[in-house]
Amino acid sequence: METTTIKSDLKTDWSYSPAPESTDHIRINQQVDLFINGEFIPSEKEKYFETINPANEKKLADVAEADKTDVSKAVSAARKAYENVWSKMDPAERGKYIYRIARLIQERAREFAIIETMDGGKPIRESRDIDIPLVSAHFFYYAGWADKLEYAFPGKQAKPLGVAGQIIPWNFPLLMAAWKIAPALATGNTVVLKPAETTPLTAMKLAEIIQEADLPPGVVNIINGNGKTGRALVEHPDIDKIAFTGSTDVGKLIMKTVAGTGKKYTLELGGKAANIIFEDAAIDQAVEGIINGIFFNQGHVCCAGSRLFVQESVADTVISKLKDRMETLIVGDPLDKNTDIGAINSKMQLDKIKMYVDMGLNEGGTIYQSSCKLPEKGYWHAPTLFTDVSQSHRIVQEEIFGPVLAVQTFRTVDEVITKANNTPYGLSGGVWSDKGAKIFKVSKAIRAGVLWANTFNKFDPASPFGGYKESGMGREGGLEGLMPYVNLV
Amino acid sequence: MNKREDVKKTYKLYIGGKFPRTESGRYFKWTDPKNSTVVNMCRGSRKDFRNAVVSARSAFSGWRSKTAYNRSQILYRIGEMLEGRRGQFMDELILQGASKKEAENEINQSIDRLIYYAGWADKYQQVFSRVNPVASSYFNFSYPEPTGVVSAIAPDEPSLIGLVSIVAPIIAGGNTVVVLASEAKPLCSITFAEVLHTSDVPGGVVNILTGYRSELLEHFSSHMDVNAIVYCGNVKEEIKFVQENAALNVKRPIVYTDENWLDKKVQDPYRILNTLEIKTTWHPVGI
Repeated sequence: METTTIKSDLKTDWSYSPAPESTDHIRINQQVDLFINGEFIPSEKEKYFETINPANEKKLADVAEADKTDVSKAVSAARKAYENVWSKMDPAERGKYIYRIARLIQERAREFAIIETMDGGKPIRESRDIDIPLVSAHFFYYAGWADKLEYAFPGKQAKPLGVAGQIIPWNFPLLMAAWKIAPALATGNTVVLKPAETTPLTAMKLAEIIQEADLPPGVVNIINGNGKTGRALVEHPDIDKIAFTGSTDVGKLIMKTVAGTGKKYTLELGGKAANIIFEDAAIDQAVEGIINGIFFNQGHVCCAGSRLFVQESVADTVISKLKDRMETLIVGDPLDKNTDIGAINSKMQLDKIKMYVDMGLNEGGTIYQSSCKLPEKGYWHAPTLFTDVSQSHRIVQEEIFGPVLAVQTFRTVDEVITKANNTPYGLSGGVWSDKGAKIFKVSKAIRAGVLWANTFNKFDPASPFGGYKESGMGREGGLEGLMPYVNLV
Repeated sequence: MNKREDVKKTYKLYIGGKFPRTESGRYFKWTDPKNSTVVNMCRGSRKDFRNAVVSARSAFSGWRSKTAYNRSQILYRIGEMLEGRRGQFMDELILQGASKKEAENEINQSIDRLIYYAGWADKYQQVFSRVNPVASSYFNFSYPEPTGVVSAIAPDEPSLIGLVSIVAPIIAGGNTVVVLASEAKPLCSITFAEVLHTSDVPGGVVNILTGYRSELLEHFSSHMDVNAIVYCGNVKEEIKFVQENAALNVKRPIVYTDENWLDKKVQDPYRILNTLEIKTTWHPVGI
């Protein structure tokens, strides 16, 4: 079949001048300690690990690594704060503390955005316009629930669980901290939070704010470390609830570990979302949506639209436009305000992405990568798409967590529904069509927790988020987000 | 005068809207407390369970797409059918060891529980749905959908209302179910299957097995095409075992311990919610 390719000439003499965000007003402590019982203290063994800027591999700080003893210290601080202060406090007062945190984050938003970008590699435009505003919005939203819980669950009373152990990933470091801490506090629980090993800095800045907000000591404790620290937290006998966001493998391990202990848990795990483009979609908007769906945050998004399904009749046009659009993506310095795609979060993650790209090639996929020039230092990956792949390819089935899109085509609605649901995951999905009836049919048929119709990767504190099947259980955000932190009696 | 001999009932399994014997050909002897009656119950096998899951999976899309009104009427119909066959259940419950009064109470409550959940089948959606006020130009709403195929370990006793109390909320929510009946008092579970069979419940929506809990628990909790498991009981090792196996495919483990199944307190819409998933949909507002 002859293909019609719409190739626009995008070469111009114009280029963007560098527009780096200034970092001179940012203070990053060279040594970051644990935040336990309202104070910054070194770890018991005074062991530290480095956190680096993935865009230039330069060290940003030494971070205290918590071991079992430190975890116990944090849990007992949280327990004491729960028993003596937080669970007894008038809920309206609890709410006011949370409001105060929200405000302080707004006041220091720029500082948070810059550190988030330096520590994690995401473009400043995203940390400035998406991550940090959502963080304060999240605290603001849940603050108001604190004294209104009796209206949330008809016929039942909501009681707090106690101490929550919370483990969060590196893709949205501060946002995930907010998703975990805000509802837990609003419902009267206290927390021990463990940020990801590669992105500890903004959570520790949040600890400063929590101190500044005069939150009673021990209500929020933040400790750092790798999987071992996380494990110690999950296994700690005095934890009532585990909230975890991360890989499906670790999620399963957590389920096994807490089996029989009576601990409650919520899991926000992996995904392999289908993004479905029908022939009657607004094609240019859909192309923008595909780009946002897979390349947002370097593709380090559990709900990324990593499986693209395009209806055959428009496939050539869509793929051609998609390639053109990929060419225009600016990959580079995350602190530059023009940057679309920043650095890959870590060497380990870059290796994993490369492994999957090789796998895609070995399995017979056809690769297309934008011709952007990648910086020498740091961890980078060009926006990538694969065509000529099918349902059985591993790059179609497994979560890559990087800027790699697998493109397939379809003819009928039933066919694409079957293909979209052919995955153990069920976190999110996208549908693009100008026909309302079709959107309702397809979005209902996709077995996933979040469906974006004619949009993708949108988040809001009022909007529940979470998966079906192996993408986890429980919801975060909205009224549903209270449920994981309460017993209904 | 010639004495007329009874026609004894053969107790079989209920899978996919049919009453097959166990594929394994195995049985276990059930004897009533007074040693007056001996019944050969099917000792369901792993293969029976797997067949039942296949039936439940294929029935799922039809059952979940029925209108809520229709599901509600079918649940109501189950209640009607149970009411009409109370004599048979009286005999069986009494044979299983209940007093006349106890049996009567259990049947009444079972019927009432079915009617209770029949009423919820077209209402919980409204209680658990919302329009979310997002801070951008999108129409954003959340509503519950069934989680899929549920496996369930019914309480040992009370065996009729125990079974009804866990099956009703699961199917009211649009899920399909494979349930392991009480091992100690299995008779009325299979008779209940006859009620289901005459109540317009599509084949495969409810599948009932009899057999050994100790043998089947592993398969009920580890099957990769089951989305949630409901476990009734208070054996610590079993709970741990079920929750561990649930990790294999992130099954939702739902555990009911020490419930008084004859108490109205064990019925509420949150039990439906236990096997539901919340789906959130975003759509831009604009032209």
